[in-house]
Amino acid sequence: MKNLFALAALTLLAGCGSGGNWGWYVIDPTTTQGWNNITFLLDGFGATILLSVIAAALSMVIGMLVALPGMSTNRWISLPSRIYIEFIRAIPLLPMLFWVFYGLPVVLQSMGITVRIDAFWGAVITLAISDSAFTAEIYRSGIQSIARGQTEAAKTIGLTYGQTMRYVILPQAIRRILPPLANQFIYIVKMSAFASVIGMQELTRRANELVVTEYRPLEIYTLLILEYLVLVLIISFFVRWLERKMGADESR
Amino acid sequence: MPDDAAPDHANAIEIKGLNKWYDEYHALKDVDLTVQHGERIVVCGPSGSGKSTLIRCVNSLEEHDEGQIIVDGTLMGDAASVEAIRAEVGMVFQQFNLFPHLTIMQNLTLGPMKARGLSRADAEARAMKYLERVQIPEQADKKPGALSGGQQQRVAIARSLCMEPKIMLFDEPTSALDPEMISEVLDVIVDLADSGMTMIVVTHEMGFARRAADRMVFMDHGAIVETGTPTEFFEAPKTERCRTFLNQILKH
Repeated sequence: MKNLFALAALTLLAGCGSGGNWGWYVIDPTTTQGWNNITFLLDGFGATILLSVIAAALSMVIGMLVALPGMSTNRWISLPSRIYIEFIRAIPLLPMLFWVFYGLPVVLQSMGITVRIDAFWGAVITLAISDSAFTAEIYRSGIQSIARGQTEAAKTIGLTYGQTMRYVILPQAIRRILPPLANQFIYIVKMSAFASVIGMQELTRRANELVVTEYRPLEIYTLLILEYLVLVLIISFFVRWLERKMGADESR
Repeated sequence: MPDDAAPDHANAIEIKGLNKWYDEYHALKDVDLTVQHGERIVVCGPSGSGKSTLIRCVNSLEEHDEGQIIVDGTLMGDAASVEAIRAEVGMVFQQFNLFPHLTIMQNLTLGPMKARGLSRADAEARAMKYLERVQIPEQADKKPGALSGGQQQRVAIARSLCMEPKIMLFDEPTSALDPEMISEVLDVIVDLADSGMTMIVVTHEMGFARRAADRMVFMDHGAIVETGTPTEFFEAPKTERCRTFLNQILKH
């Protein structure tokens, strides 16, 4: 691992020297052109973050709507959720993105609904649905990790299913759900790069466009990776903090 | 319970021809049991004999496959009847099943406020009344995890009493306790028995049974093998299986 880092550092350093084939000038902040390029690339952050946050929020809602009936002991109630989860998990993100962006409007039109799905919402819908199958499973394992005795005790003091979930099960399950859910957010951030292929102006798309005009893929994609790295590291840091906090709470 | 209380239904619990299977396993076999108002029943028998399953059928934590259960005049059947029956029946579990994320006070007021619609003030007054009865009013603001096992079980009893049930079910209430805490819990149950509460207690505590029971029920392999007053039961067990069981547990 250490060696790998050393190698990577060496490669980059060598590139910075005048003798190499690196051309850092494309993103040299001291020149006007370099600075313009950098701001163009960094401007993608807003879209990437907005896209990820909205998709994650939707995924959390859809996941709950799928997870709750999925845990029913009645097979006819749980079956649709099981099918949804198995089905969605099996579809790769990119084909789903194409289907939602190019196919869904056609389907809707044939049903008499005319909607234009732009790149942003196409990506949001796809990411949310694709991720919701995983979110649902996170909810399920979190809720099922709460001992059955809790539900039984709630029944004996007359609580309804909804009250049991709200006052007894979810407040306890949330400690086990939040950390993996936050982890799942990292996955969404990374997968949001796919939105570039349908023209969504986020980090990856901006990098692609700059590569086309500047012919400097190595430098631009290196910066792109660093952009994601910084974003993900910030989120990881937050996730780890959350895990520590939740763990500490549990033992109290 | 004195006669002038005039219960409008002849018996507290009537169980007729009860059968239950877990797949192939015949867990309850043609169980008939009638419990009068104010009667204290102790159910004993080897593990796996169906004692817990039987009392868990009384408040429908387990569903039975054949037979009738009538609790205080209500025949168990649809969801409404189950709700009506649970409103009359309190239950105390082997593992306490307190809600660990709530304070003792919140554990006690949750049912009265959410299921019965009591105001917070009324629910808290009621909770304090029963906490005093189980002799731990000073613990009201702590979380269950800060209490000893014996205290937790007494809180669990108080939580059930806060719903003001007519019938109490105890499922091995002292089996998870350290030996030195058993008597403090049994004392509370005896006190409750003396107050005229109808109760079914599943337990191996034969000293308690002698002190508190009106009638002993001995179960083996899912069937009621023998019933009788504690004197008959302990002095002159009628069946060989019962004699063997008593010899085994009284040996220590």
